[in-house]
Amino acid sequence: MKILVVDDEEDVKSLFEQKFRREIRAGQFEFSFAFSGEEALEFMQNHPSELVMILSDINMPGMSGIELLKRIRTDHPSAPPQVMMITAYGDSANHDQAMQLGANDFLTKPVNFNELKEKLLNII
Amino acid sequence: MHFIVAFLLIQYAHTVMQSTDHASKWDNFFKYARIVVLSLTATYYIAGSPDWFGWIWNLALIGLVRFFNQNEDFKPVRSTAQSVLPFVGVSMLSDFFEQVFPKFYNSYDQFFQIGLSFAFIFCFVIWFYARKQQKVLTQEREERLREEQVAKETKLSLEYLVAERTQELTQQKEVLQKAIEELKATQNQLIQSEKMASLGELTAGIAHEIQNPLNFVNNFSEVSVELCQELEEEVDKVDIPNEDKDYIKGIIADLSQNQQKITHHGKRADSIVKGMLQHSRASSGEKEPVDVNALADEYMRLAYHGLRAKDKEFNAALVTEFDPRIGTVNVLPQDLGRVFLNLFTNAFYAVSEKKRSLTEAGQLGDYKPEVKISTRKFDNKLYIRVSDNGTGMPDHVKAKIFQPFFTTKPTGQGTGLGLSMSYDIITNGHGGVLEVDTVEGEKTEFRLTIPIN
Repeated sequence: MKILVVDDEEDVKSLFEQKFRREIRAGQFEFSFAFSGEEALEFMQNHPSELVMILSDINMPGMSGIELLKRIRTDHPSAPPQVMMITAYGDSANHDQAMQLGANDFLTKPVNFNELKEKLLNII
Repeated sequence: MHFIVAFLLIQYAHTVMQSTDHASKWDNFFKYARIVVLSLTATYYIAGSPDWFGWIWNLALIGLVRFFNQNEDFKPVRSTAQSVLPFVGVSMLSDFFEQVFPKFYNSYDQFFQIGLSFAFIFCFVIWFYARKQQKVLTQEREERLREEQVAKETKLSLEYLVAERTQELTQQKEVLQKAIEELKATQNQLIQSEKMASLGELTAGIAHEIQNPLNFVNNFSEVSVELCQELEEEVDKVDIPNEDKDYIKGIIADLSQNQQKITHHGKRADSIVKGMLQHSRASSGEKEPVDVNALADEYMRLAYHGLRAKDKEFNAALVTEFDPRIGTVNVLPQDLGRVFLNLFTNAFYAVSEKKRSLTEAGQLGDYKPEVKISTRKFDNKLYIRVSDNGTGMPDHVKAKIFQPFFTTKPTGQGTGLGLSMSYDIITNGHGGVLEVDTVEGEKTEFRLTIPIN
């Protein structure tokens, strides 16, 4: 399963790679990383219909996670990937907006990786 | 002739004296003087008008003038009284010649008579003139007196006016002073609440900034623990001498322990940051009708048992004075509960600290820790007081207790956010007032005032 993680913090990459080391080794997950909304869109352009899942931060400089979500839902109406929003601001306004724009799930930071792992495994 | 001079002199002196301050003192004197003059005159006629009687008159006149001269009170009549002296002198001279040189006197009789007459007239001229002057003086004095009277009245009315104005000014000053004091108090309150508000915002901002890196610290340390476990498993698979294996495993165990420490302290920091973020949390939750007495009671017990769980020795009297008329009040129950929990936790901490220090000093005596809550409702306001007979606070501590991160508890035991958050909840969340009164070493009392609408 191909998963794109979008976050402006580059350390997210090594964190995910370490956290999901076993799953990656077993070939269950395949992670790609984008460090901005724009980069994520570009990635999707280059790898159409490959992605199953997008995990995106909301608060990013430049294009925000919400903006990215909007673009994904309008630009890729066919074969839509699942989108899960991850944010430090777990208030209801943020949550409602994300869900309304077509997010499939909503997680708050700090991410509970066990929970995330379960959710990802369920999707497979 | 002598009689006329004496009588008029006395008359004149009496008139002058009457207009001075010593009038009444000498009234009797003038009365007796007149009687003496009258009786002398009577004696003169009864005795058949002897020539030598002139000497008695002259001596009496000289005595009178002398008396006027010596007595300070008669200063105003002195100069006029002296005008009789020429008359007396001429009279004595003529008597002298009449008796010693009768022949000489007889041939110049007329001259003597004329001299005497002139002296006599001289007396009257002087008196007349003096009287006129006296009159002018009296008039002047009366005028001056009148002027003085007028001036006195003016002065009195002016003084009254000044007193009135002074009173007005004093009143105005007091009103202004009061206004200034009120302004100062309001300004202080404003500064205080402004400081709290900006500190709260700052705190929340810092918390957000810290949250992200802190998440990384926690996540990476957690994953490192997992990696250590994996590494340990892998080491078992490798074929190396047991000694080396144990050494490697030892290092792995240390690494794992270090990561756990990092996780532990990271979590600690995380809970502080969570506390800070509660400052900024846009008033979540709705106000709802709550039985405040029950809420306070619940949190009082919660705080008490929380402390008892940590310290079995601890005990304190819980005193409640609830006003049953309060019923339910619209508040943010979770927030207000947090305030109660903070206040009670602090109160119990204060009494247990006092008990501890008294025990250490061996001066426990009959100290009974007591924490008290009282509630009142009147004038559309809810008054809550949480008091304890614990350690109290010095002024410099009291001044800072509502600032975020200020704590007197040992490191790790308090975040310094409890009271700053309580302040925020009461003032911003409920539009109320949170105040504190304390006596160092004796007691502390927190007063909450919440408007009910």
